[in-house]
Amino acid sequence: MDQFLQHALNAMILGGTYALLGIGLTLIFGIMRVVNFTHGELYAFGAYMMYMWVMLIGANFMVSIVLAIALGVALGAVIEIVLLRRLRGADIDTTMLVMIGAWIAMQNIEQLAWSGVAKSINSPFPSAPLVMGAISVSWTRLFVFAVAVVLIAATNVLIQRTRLGKAMRATFQDREAAALMGVRIDTVHTATFALGSGLAAAAGALLGPVFVVYPTIGDLASLKAFAIVILGGLGSIPGATIGGFILAFMEELGAGYISSGYRDAMGFLLIILILLFKPTGLFARKERIG
Amino acid sequence: MSRAVTLASSLSWVAFLVTLPLWMNDLYFLHVLIITGIFIVAAMSLNLLLGYTGQLSLGHVAFFGIGAYVSSLVSLGFEIHVWGETTVSLEPKPVWLAMLVAVMFAGLCGFMIGKISFKVRGAYFVIVSVSFAEVTRLVALNWLELTQGPMALNNIPYLKLGIPGVGQIDFIGKLPNYYLVLGVAILTYVIIRRLVRSRAGRAMIALRENEPLATSVGIDVTRFLVLATVVSAGLAGLAGAVYAHYVRIVDPDVFLFIYTVTMVIMVVTGGKGTLAGPIVGGLIFGILPEVLRGFEVMPEIQWVVYGVLMILIVYFLPEGIVPALRDAWRRWAGRSGTPPARPTVVVEAQP
Amino acid sequence: MTALDTSTAPAAAAAPGAPALVVTGLSIRFGGLTAVEDMTFEVNEGEVLSLIGPNGAGKTSAFNAITGYIQAASGSIVYRGAPLLGLKPNQIAAHGVVRTFQKTSVFNGLPVLDNVLVGLHLRARQHPLAIILGLPGVKRDEARLREAAWDILTLVGLDGRAHETAASLPYGELRLLEVAIALAAEPTLLLLDEPVSGMNPSETGAFMALLGRIRARGVTVLLVEHDMKMVMGVSDRVVCLNQGRIIADGPPAAIQRDPQVIRAYLGERYVRARG
Repeated sequence: MDQFLQHALNAMILGGTYALLGIGLTLIFGIMRVVNFTHGELYAFGAYMMYMWVMLIGANFMVSIVLAIALGVALGAVIEIVLLRRLRGADIDTTMLVMIGAWIAMQNIEQLAWSGVAKSINSPFPSAPLVMGAISVSWTRLFVFAVAVVLIAATNVLIQRTRLGKAMRATFQDREAAALMGVRIDTVHTATFALGSGLAAAAGALLGPVFVVYPTIGDLASLKAFAIVILGGLGSIPGATIGGFILAFMEELGAGYISSGYRDAMGFLLIILILLFKPTGLFARKERIG
Repeated sequence: MSRAVTLASSLSWVAFLVTLPLWMNDLYFLHVLIITGIFIVAAMSLNLLLGYTGQLSLGHVAFFGIGAYVSSLVSLGFEIHVWGETTVSLEPKPVWLAMLVAVMFAGLCGFMIGKISFKVRGAYFVIVSVSFAEVTRLVALNWLELTQGPMALNNIPYLKLGIPGVGQIDFIGKLPNYYLVLGVAILTYVIIRRLVRSRAGRAMIALRENEPLATSVGIDVTRFLVLATVVSAGLAGLAGAVYAHYVRIVDPDVFLFIYTVTMVIMVVTGGKGTLAGPIVGGLIFGILPEVLRGFEVMPEIQWVVYGVLMILIVYFLPEGIVPALRDAWRRWAGRSGTPPARPTVVVEAQP
Repeated sequence: MTALDTSTAPAAAAAPGAPALVVTGLSIRFGGLTAVEDMTFEVNEGEVLSLIGPNGAGKTSAFNAITGYIQAASGSIVYRGAPLLGLKPNQIAAHGVVRTFQKTSVFNGLPVLDNVLVGLHLRARQHPLAIILGLPGVKRDEARLREAAWDILTLVGLDGRAHETAASLPYGELRLLEVAIALAAEPTLLLLDEPVSGMNPSETGAFMALLGRIRARGVTVLLVEHDMKMVMGVSDRVVCLNQGRIIADGPPAAIQRDPQVIRAYLGERYVRARG
C-alpha cells in the first residue's frame, strides 16, 4: 500500500509536466492542424537552456526558468514564421514532412552544441526529501509540480479570458469564419505555435533538474506528448491535461509493478487501447460535418 | 514505341547492375552497394504506403527490424521461459525458411497495426507506427532471454540455397550477397509494379486522391489500406532478413528511428508514388554518406544536412526528382507523342 | 457493351414501375438542428425522380443518408428489399446505389481513363495474390476493364480526352467525368447531386441528352437539381421538399401548378428570374 501511494505521488508530480507537454501539442494540432514533430525538441531546448543559464552562466534558478520558457516561445515563433507560414493551406502530410526535417536538424544541432554526454542541473532546494510517513518526495519535484499547475492554470486563463484566446478559440472552431470576422489568422498561428512551444520548453526546463539532459530526450517527449494528445482527443485542452496524468500513472505503475525497462512502452500501450475502444479520444469534440 | 523504350532501358539497367561487380572489383564499394540495395528495398516498400496510399509509416524500421530478428532467431533457434518452468524452444531452421517466416511475421505485424490505426488514419497512423517502432526497440533491448538485448545476436548463419543443376550456393561474402540483394530488389520492384497497376493499386491511389469518391464507387478503405500495409511490412521484413544474414549480427540499433527517416528521405527525394523514385533517392542517400565521409564530415552534420534537405525538397521540389525530371523531359520533347484515341484491344472470349 | 455487363448485373432485374428505393420516415439531425424530418418517398424502377426544394431543404442530407455518408437519426431506407441504413458507402455501392457529389469530385491527379478504371473497381476480378504472382487472369481482366472504360468514355463523350489529366479538363467535361466514374460502378440506381449547376445552356442540353442515354440503359435516376428547365424536362416525377418536409409529390406538370410549391420555392425563384 505504501509502495502504491509512493507511485501515485510520483505519478501526480510527473503528470503535471506531462500535461504541459500535451496541452502545447494539442493546441498546435487543434488550431493549426500541424502534427508537430519538433515538440520534443522544444522540450529538449528548454532543458538545455536551463542547463546553460544555471550551470554555465550561473543565473538564479527561478530567473533561468523564466528565461528558458521565454526563449522557447521565441524559438517557436521563429519556427512558425520561417517554416510553417509558407505552408498555410498545404495538406497535413506536407507539413508533417517539414516538421520531421526540422526535428532531425534540431536534434543533431543540439548534439553538436552540447555533445552527447548527459548533463545534470543543480537545483537550489535541499537535497533531503520531504518525508510524510512511509512516503517521501524531493523538494525539487514538489516545486516542479507547483509551477506546472500554475502554468496550466495560466494557459487556461489565457485561452478563456483574453482577446488572443478568443481569437484562438474562434480559429479552432472555424478558420474561414474567424478570418471573415477579422481574426488575423497569421497572428493566431504564430501565437499558438509560440505558446505551445513555450509550454514544451517549460516542461523541459522543469524536468531537466529532476532527470538528466541529453540530446535525444526530445524523442521520448514527443512520443509521450502524442500519446497524451491521442488519449485526450486531438485538440482538447482538458483532455490533454487529464491525459498527461493518466500517462504518468500508467508509467509509474508499469515501471513499479511490471519492469522499469518497459516504462516508456506504456504510452504506446495506451495509444493502442484508446484506438481499440475509443478512437476519438476521451474528450474529443464531435467532428464537424462539412 | 514508348513501351519498347521502357523495356530496353530496364533491361540495360539490369544488365549494367548484373555485370557491375565484374569491372568494379572493390570490396568496400560492393559493401556500400549491398547496404544501399537493402535500404532501397525498404524504401520501395515504404513508398507503397507513403507514395501510393498517402499514409506515412513513420515506424517502418520496425518491420525491417522484426524481419531481421525473426529470421535470425528462427535460423539460430531459441529457448525461452514463458511461465514458471514452461519453456518454448525452437530448433535451428534452414535460413531460407527463416526468411520466409520473417516475411510472414512482419506482414502479420503490418496487418495488426493497419487494423488498429486505419480506423482513424492520417496523423493517428503516423503516431501509432512511430510508437510501435519504439516499443519493438524496447522489447529487443529488454527481452534478454530471446534477443540477448544490447549484447546482440551473433553468428547468424548465412543463406545456403540448393539450386537444381547448379548445386549449392553459399551467400557468404560480398559477391553472392550483391546478387542476392539485386535479386530481392528486382523482385520487390516487380511485386510493387504489379500491385500499383492493378485493381488493388488503383484503389489505393484513389483513396489517396479522393476518399469520399473512392468509397462511392465501392472501394473498401480499410481493406486496401491494410493490404498495402501487409505487403509493405512483409517486403520491409524481407529487407531486414537479407540484412541479418549478410552482416550476421543484429542488435537493437536496427530499430533506430533515424533509419526510418533515411527511408522517408529516400522516397520523398526520389519521388513518392513513382516506381523509380525510391531507387533514385536510395542511390543518392546510400552513396552520399560515403562521399561525405571522404570529406570527414561528422555524422551529426550529415543528419542536419538530411533534415534541411528534406525541408528544402518539400518547398522547392515537392513531387521529388523523378516526376520533376519526367516533366522536364516532356516539356523538352514537346507534346508530339499524344497517344492514339482508342487502341484496338482483342478481348479473349470467355467460355 | 461487353459480356461483363450481365455478369455483375443484379439477378432480379425488377419490373419497370415497381418500387426500387423505399425511404420511410427518414429523419436526420445535426446536433440540435433537424435537417430532414419524417421523409417518406419511393423511387420506382426505371424512372427519373427529381428532388427539389430551396437551399437548406434537406436534399443533400437525404442523399448523404441514402448513400451512407451520414447516419440518419431514425427511419428506414430499403433498396430492392435490402436495408441500406447502417451500411458503409462502399457496401451501398455494391448494392447498385451510386452517387455523384455536389462539389465537383474526380481523381484530379489521374488521367481521365484511369478515373473511369477506378470506377470499375467492383467489376474487377483480381485477387491480391493473383496480382502479386502476376497470373495471366489479371492481365485479361485488366484488358476487359480497359474496354469497358473506353465504352463508358464513349457514352459520355469523353473518349477524345482519355489520356489527359482530369485536373486539366474544363468544368463541363469534369462534370461529365463524374458521371462516367459513377456509371462505371454499374449503378442500378444513380443519384446525381446538382449535376448541371454551373453549366452553360448548351452544356446543360448535352447533359440532358446523356441522361436520356443513361435511362435508356434501364438505370433508375434520383436527381437533385435547381435548374427547373432540366428538372421539368427530364423527370417522370418530382418530389418537393421544404424545411426538411415533403410538401408535394407528383408529375412535373402538377408540381409546377401546386400552390404550395409555388409559394415555397418556384414563386420566389420565378419572380427573380423574370424580374
